[in-house]
Amino acid sequence: MKFCEKATKTVSAEIRKLTITCMESAGYGHIGGSMSLCDMLAVLYNDIMVVDPKNPKDKDRDYLVLSKGHCGPALYATLAYKGFITKEDLKTLNKGGTKLPSHCDRVKTNGIDISTGSLGQGLSMASGVAMGKRLQGFKGTVYCIVGDGELQEGQNWEAIQHIAHNCLTNVVLIVDNNKRQLDGYVDDICKQFSLKDKFNSFGLEAYEADGHNVKSIYETLIKARNSQKPVAIIMQTEKGFGCNFAEINGFNHYMVFNSEQADSARAEIDRRLRNHLENTRAK
Amino acid sequence: MIKVKDIKLSELEMRGAYCDALIAVAEKNDKICAIDADVQFSMGTIPFYKKFPSRGINCGIMEAHAVGFSAGMSETGMIPFFHAFGTFATRRVFDQVFLSCAYQKLNVKIIGGDAGVTATANGGTHMPFEDVGIMRTIPNITIIEPADPAIYKTAVQYMADTHGVCYVRSCRRKVWQIYDENAKFEIGKANVLFKGKDVAIIACGIMVYEALKAREILEAEGISASVIDMHTIKPLDEKTILKFAKECSAMVVAENHNATSGLGSAVAEVLIENNPIPMERVAVFESFGEVGTQDFLQNKFKLTAEEIVLKAKKAISRKK
Repeated sequence: MKFCEKATKTVSAEIRKLTITCMESAGYGHIGGSMSLCDMLAVLYNDIMVVDPKNPKDKDRDYLVLSKGHCGPALYATLAYKGFITKEDLKTLNKGGTKLPSHCDRVKTNGIDISTGSLGQGLSMASGVAMGKRLQGFKGTVYCIVGDGELQEGQNWEAIQHIAHNCLTNVVLIVDNNKRQLDGYVDDICKQFSLKDKFNSFGLEAYEADGHNVKSIYETLIKARNSQKPVAIIMQTEKGFGCNFAEINGFNHYMVFNSEQADSARAEIDRRLRNHLENTRAK
Repeated sequence: MIKVKDIKLSELEMRGAYCDALIAVAEKNDKICAIDADVQFSMGTIPFYKKFPSRGINCGIMEAHAVGFSAGMSETGMIPFFHAFGTFATRRVFDQVFLSCAYQKLNVKIIGGDAGVTATANGGTHMPFEDVGIMRTIPNITIIEPADPAIYKTAVQYMADTHGVCYVRSCRRKVWQIYDENAKFEIGKANVLFKGKDVAIIACGIMVYEALKAREILEAEGISASVIDMHTIKPLDEKTILKFAKECSAMVVAENHNATSGLGSAVAEVLIENNPIPMERVAVFESFGEVGTQDFLQNKFKLTAEEIVLKAKKAISRKK
């Protein structure tokens, strides 16, 4: 299917709104890092990944490992959009007995491929899935999203080195480079220096994309899928992007918010989408 | 009836017996694979790699990644057996075993080598006295400590056939061959070697041989002891423990592990809730490991038949 920027932009707006709705039900959540993910999730699930809610365990499917598992609500919103879970399910976030816990859980949630939450572990599991696919001749690519702060965990670099050594081209590392972590700016807490140089020196091909431009995301993911070398994509993002009350809060890793704020955020998302579509049409 | 004087050293080293067993199950099941962390030689897995080159993956010195990688492989249907020294297969990678494997109900087998004092010259940094305690806290995990190659073979077959996370702690070199090499065992069911009436000695791993020696010493003194090989530490065979608690009314638990959190603790938990008879432990008390021969270390940490005898008499003396 041909990529349609407007359609995918519309999907990302829907995912953003559903993500806010999901957290609104609890009254709190990891809003900043969830918002920075929404556009890449929209492209992955709308334009790139081969997944089927009717056959969620298909061995040949593409996998998504959200290593920054605390941003589960953004993925739940995407899964609801795709039909793996219902939109009503989204309103049960963190409620006792829910199938939607704050951190992704493959045992509880249809469509979650790997449980995550203890940062730094997702990429190892993603690469194991990729190796398992290779050994058994299964199709599909494993997309693993890690946070830029999360790259402080050393296990990531073990995994990266091992992916490069084995030339695992069926796993794609995606960095949600939103420049912030729980306690503040990544560069204030532990500088990451040049991610691109680090990935290159570890043996990966490193690409950069505008993580809030669906066309840039799409083109870079296609390039990654066709690469002869394992790839890391640095998605340049902003923490809280697209949610008005999070955007104005410098400390938005985790926020408590009310329905009034949620309504305002959803209305603003609709307004920005309308503007975008009108401006695109005008061009 | 087993007599200690008839017990010989095993023909195979434990690592050799393990690898033979792994190859045997892998010949029948092409999902079985070996994952290593640069201790293939020490863990004895090189023949597997020669036999199945595409199914052996040496990750290098990155245990945390290797465990997560194994978890990912198992998600696709592979059955990874991950090998490392007991220290690095447990305490170094606890969070990875807990979350990447057990929490998400994946199918990963963890083989920890050089159990307790059998780490000998590698010393305190490599001497796991805490691995069983660490792993025992993980829900639904299986923990096995084989006494000899015959049980090890059963353990490997069990792991190949049974979904879930399993930890085996073993030693690498030759051990006392307690059982006939074709003996059959049931994982989760203790193996009763002797039935006595005055005290029950429960042991695992290298301490089974010490328990058998202790039994003969006690017998010479007119004390009748049961000897039970508790090769499966989790799930624990509570039924057998309680049966012998009732019959002997005194118990000694002997393990090549620290006294906090291992087999002794597990047995104590069962007794205290059901039948709190006098129980004594032969184990390592509040100590780190150190270098030395196995004999030196067993004497140093009192992991001996003589200590079992002392503790047996103490337990008996505490009977009301």
